[in-house]
Amino acid sequence: MRTITLNVNGHNHAVQVEDRALLADVLRGPLKLTGTHIGCDTSQCGCCTLLMNGDAIKSCTVLAVQADGAQITTIEGLAKGPELHPIQAAFSQCHGLQCGFCTPGMIMATAGLLAHTPAPTEAQIHEGLSGNLCRCTGYIHIVESVKQAARALQESRA
Amino acid sequence: MYALNYQKAQSLKQASQALAESPTSRVVSGGMTLIPALKHRLIQVDQLIDINGIAGLKDIRVQGNHLWIGAGATHQQVARDPQVRAFSPGLADLAALIGDPQVRARGTLGGSVANNDPAADYPAAVLGLGATIVTHQRSVAADEFFKGMFATALAADELIEGLRIERPLKSAYAKFRHPATGYAMAGVFVAQMAAHTWRVAVTGATDGVCRWSAAEVHASSGNSTQLPNFEHDGVLDDIHAPASYRSHLVRHLYAQALAQLA
Repeated sequence: MRTITLNVNGHNHAVQVEDRALLADVLRGPLKLTGTHIGCDTSQCGCCTLLMNGDAIKSCTVLAVQADGAQITTIEGLAKGPELHPIQAAFSQCHGLQCGFCTPGMIMATAGLLAHTPAPTEAQIHEGLSGNLCRCTGYIHIVESVKQAARALQESRA
Repeated sequence: MYALNYQKAQSLKQASQALAESPTSRVVSGGMTLIPALKHRLIQVDQLIDINGIAGLKDIRVQGNHLWIGAGATHQQVARDPQVRAFSPGLADLAALIGDPQVRARGTLGGSVANNDPAADYPAAVLGLGATIVTHQRSVAADEFFKGMFATALAADELIEGLRIERPLKSAYAKFRHPATGYAMAGVFVAQMAAHTWRVAVTGATDGVCRWSAAEVHASSGNSTQLPNFEHDGVLDDIHAPASYRSHLVRHLYAQALAQLA
């Protein structure tokens, strides 16, 4: 066991972890942040996507020790109290989810995409979500949600 | 994940020493191939030596007619760097076509080149551009580096520091992605290095990246001859595609790459 430090959603944590522990398991276990889902555990599905130092990554394929000192944003870090983040609001408004299991990953992948590409084309949205699988929606409403989120974020910046 | 030890290396030399002392150690950087392999228990590793964070290993810089890319540069970095795009659009395009965004944010150039997966993208650029692979001990020309499926000229304790690439006149990469994995069903990198010197490298289609001499002759002739057929003894033939399909794909992708350059 060793102690690592993580800044998760603005809070500093010192956590005791085994070298083999995956970042996703440390967040869901000791840190009790179960919004980050583990779907496939083989870095295919993207449910465990979060932002690490600003980039969308798959937390089931990163050891917690590799993230020592990193800034992490999970789905729990987006909303401000009862007020949904514009990406969350867009997924709700556009019916970008059905069962919801993939949604935290979809939203965090969207956050990563829009941070670098604030006004993505349809093709850029497809590429930006290519690491995330949804088995319910057929993606049409998810893509709509990302477009809506991009518009909302741009309006809020204007 | 099974139990293992993890340590961070401060230098490539230190990482190399740790590898030499323990044959069941592995170096990890992005870990986008290695960690899934560990989780699937495809390899047994007792110790991971993390080289991510070694000073200067992610550097990208242009020096005159050469581009240097540190082994620790992520695919995302290479795909987004304006210097890389200006130097070799084919290389920037190739990096943007690897895996998915999350993989590109972590996966590194050095890891991909050292692993030499027969369906990986970077080996096509390295061989297509005739890059020099600089290790912590020596320099190896791309033509001498790739030794077939998952095999390279690297010694067991030798680590890539970066790539030195001579400025091409033109370069392009065309790829057909496996729809599930994102790996290349086939990928063709075309580079014009001098007026009548072209290099064409093919990945995904055979048991390891290879040059395609018939296409190099074709490109050097100013595309005046008929598009060549991809003739190779080891074209892969599996559940994803028969050999005839892959050969056709290579020819088609070569034409696509040329069209990008026209």
